[in-house]
Amino acid sequence: MDVNILVGGAAGQGMDTVMNLLGKTLVRHGYEIIYTKDYMSRVRGGHNFSRLRIAAQTPWTPVNMIDILVALNEETYLNHISNLSPTGRIIFDPDSFSLPAEERRGLPVELLKLAKEHGGPVMANTVAVGALLVMIGLETGTTEKLLEEFFAGKEGIAEENINALKAGYKSASRKCDACFDLPAVKSDVKKLFIEGNQILGMSALASGCRFLSAYPMTPSTGIMNYLASKSGELPLVVEQAEDEIAAINMALGASYAGVRALTVTSGGGFSLMVEGLSLAGMTETPLVIIVAMRPGPATGLPTRTEQGDLSFVVSAGHGEFPRAVLSATSHEDAFYRLNKAFDLADRFQVPVIFLSDQNFADTHRSLEPFDFGRLTYNRYLVEENEINKPYKRYEITESGISPRALPGQYPGEVVLIDSDEHDEKGNIIEDAKTRNLMVEKRMRKLALLADEMDEPDLYGDTQPERLILGWGSTYGVLREAVDALSAAGIKTAMLHFSDLWPLPRRRLMSLLPHVKKSYCVENNAGGQLAALVRKETGIPVNRLILKYDGRSFMPDEIVREVERDGK
Amino acid sequence: MVNNFMLGETAWCPGCGNFSIREALAEALDELEYKPHEVLICSGIGQAAKIPHYLKVNGFNGLHGRALPPAIGARIANTRLKVIVESGDGDSYGEGGNHFIHNIRRNPDIAHFVHNNQVYGLTKGQASPTSDPGMKTGIQVSGVVHPAFNPLLTALAMGAGFVARCFSGEKEHLKETMKKALEFSGYALVDILQPCVSFNKVNTFGWYRKRVFFPELNALDDWSQAVKLSLQWGEKIPLGIFYNKPRPTFESSQKVLTGKALIDIPFEPKELSKIQEEFI
Ligand SMILES: Cc1ncc(C[n+]2csc(CCOP(=O)(O)OP(=O)(O)O)c2C)c(N)n1
Ligand code: SF4
Repeated sequence: MDVNILVGGAAGQGMDTVMNLLGKTLVRHGYEIIYTKDYMSRVRGGHNFSRLRIAAQTPWTPVNMIDILVALNEETYLNHISNLSPTGRIIFDPDSFSLPAEERRGLPVELLKLAKEHGGPVMANTVAVGALLVMIGLETGTTEKLLEEFFAGKEGIAEENINALKAGYKSASRKCDACFDLPAVKSDVKKLFIEGNQILGMSALASGCRFLSAYPMTPSTGIMNYLASKSGELPLVVEQAEDEIAAINMALGASYAGVRALTVTSGGGFSLMVEGLSLAGMTETPLVIIVAMRPGPATGLPTRTEQGDLSFVVSAGHGEFPRAVLSATSHEDAFYRLNKAFDLADRFQVPVIFLSDQNFADTHRSLEPFDFGRLTYNRYLVEENEINKPYKRYEITESGISPRALPGQYPGEVVLIDSDEHDEKGNIIEDAKTRNLMVEKRMRKLALLADEMDEPDLYGDTQPERLILGWGSTYGVLREAVDALSAAGIKTAMLHFSDLWPLPRRRLMSLLPHVKKSYCVENNAGGQLAALVRKETGIPVNRLILKYDGRSFMPDEIVREVERDGK
Repeated sequence: MVNNFMLGETAWCPGCGNFSIREALAEALDELEYKPHEVLICSGIGQAAKIPHYLKVNGFNGLHGRALPPAIGARIANTRLKVIVESGDGDSYGEGGNHFIHNIRRNPDIAHFVHNNQVYGLTKGQASPTSDPGMKTGIQVSGVVHPAFNPLLTALAMGAGFVARCFSGEKEHLKETMKKALEFSGYALVDILQPCVSFNKVNTFGWYRKRVFFPELNALDDWSQAVKLSLQWGEKIPLGIFYNKPRPTFESSQKVLTGKALIDIPFEPKELSKIQEEFI
């Protein structure tokens, strides 16, 4: 069983509403789904679409083939008709455009007319959901309940939507009775239906983050929205800074004073934050920065995806200082990994950059509920009986990690941090000896950090002839590609990185030199992971499979490229 | 009386206007009975911004122009800290101009003391945003051509609740004004005329002394009077608190900042696991 739905229309027509409602309905029925968005950088008009794939087992990525095409406008129909399967169906509104006479797959539903009859034109989406439910053989009950939850407190609205839903259902059922009958699945297990940005926001909260300062920038804004929605009920402050420079400096102030702090942005905003990143390095102030990548340079493609900032974040900042770079891979892993980012930041008193991207940020999927008990929360602060008085913020230690106290924590003791080179107490110095001691103290932490990096995930053939390297949000697509290649008899494995800097090397060194052919799959034009691997290990990757059109990979693109080298 | 805040040597030039500002602040903090560990000074970069090194206080000596943002962050994290921002005119009005403007709107409980020497001291005498037109420097070789930035007028226009001007040569007045600013609920700006004896050969102690005066003020919440005073510059330069009228602070707009300090609220990840229920 595998059903692929694509809903498309102009921005502002509310594809999100359709997909959220349908997605949550499906998950409550027990199906596994993935839902991704493709949208333009405009608020109205243009061409936006969302894909939703339903399966009995975890679908890792959307695919090109379409079973049900919901065309809210004619452009959607024209753009996507070539991918519609021979048995596919097209839901469209006969009042807004008509299909060619020979097109027999059409299923006309008067979306707008029915919506107007039951509440208003905005409910056209709900009508469409009703029609979709018929086509996959589901009753409207679960969706009705969801609409009640959605519009709780706004009574009339829930009722109107339910009527619109039923109207869509009724209208479509006359024409198509369960065109794609989904098999029954276990529906008593509770699953989440959640997107990447929400996962990161939730993980930050559950990691004890109490302060977010950020300046809105797609695709990171969803994290800010999620956290802002929680700031009324939980001990959390979200402040929209005047710019990214303020955002990172505010977060550093909050971290210095004692709360776990976060800032989120995308490449352009991170560029502005780089000075503050260097300040975090010099002052040894813990900070987590989520960089949700989008194609650059400059403003690039604001709503599209890319993995173009790895080289930048690994080396960003003036001067030398230790940092860690982790990335969002699978939705499940990202929840626990961001917790690790907070832990590393506090433990080593360093900035930690967490790389996400639009593909991860905007993708919803069904997931097992998270185990919050697996998260760690330790602040690594010094106890009063362990400090030398007067307190020295930058005491030289063997590990390079100085005992960290907070301002105001111990009466009589003050905490001084400085962006200038400083002595153990934090006071400005210029002498060569202290400078050396401080540089060495800070840099000693790099080796400790390297020990904390998780080795890349190995998946696929245990004795691979082909090895595919990847990182970040391509995790799912690579898994599906490896499965497809293995099924085709090509001994393939993938090595997928979630921790990127300091680069973990053990598995790389033990595998990469021994395979017949190696590939690196990246959503960028330069092959940045491959370059990093080469720089750190001296080993080149044989072939780069790159994509930089702002869209994420589909498994067949990777399979095709690997198959070019023969079976 | 021993001052709890004065500390060690400074790297300022002999005769610099910064010295009495440091003393005034140390005395103000002592007289208000603060303890060093309760006070945080955030500063940027410049001669003035070195002050957290010269007082016994918690200090965040960050980046050029960036003193205000960490101050707000720290204030949000721990409302038990008395947060002060201390910096130069280049730092606060030039590099940090955007933060200056937006923090007036934000109105956090922070006292902002600007050492305004109308020149860049640490980088050796370039014009600053407050330099008077005509001042010649190594860079402004034919003299400053742009009109001077008026911090007090800007602050008033942005809705600041506490706006004052002091002179480093009037230490008692400075100290008393600082005390009022420290006790003010919300953002308080004190622009302090501070002669730079090394690089500003125009606005010297004598130049200021000849001009400064204390105007009679009939009310502290008279905004148009404050605006008039802020516009007065040249032969006569008024000193004093031009405006003092509190308005709701940033902290009061955030429920979580009005009870316990954020850093004091206990936390256990497991207790939050119910937040995922909205996604089921
Ligand atoms: C980003 C950045 N740009 C420039 C400098 C160089 N710089 C250091 S202090 C300073 C000006 C200081 O002037 P002001 O704030 O008026 O303070 P003063 O030294 O006069 O007290 C400049 C430009 C810097 N440290 N950082
Ligand atoms: S350069 Fe000017 S401001 Fe700096 S210490 Fe010397 S006199 Fe003071």
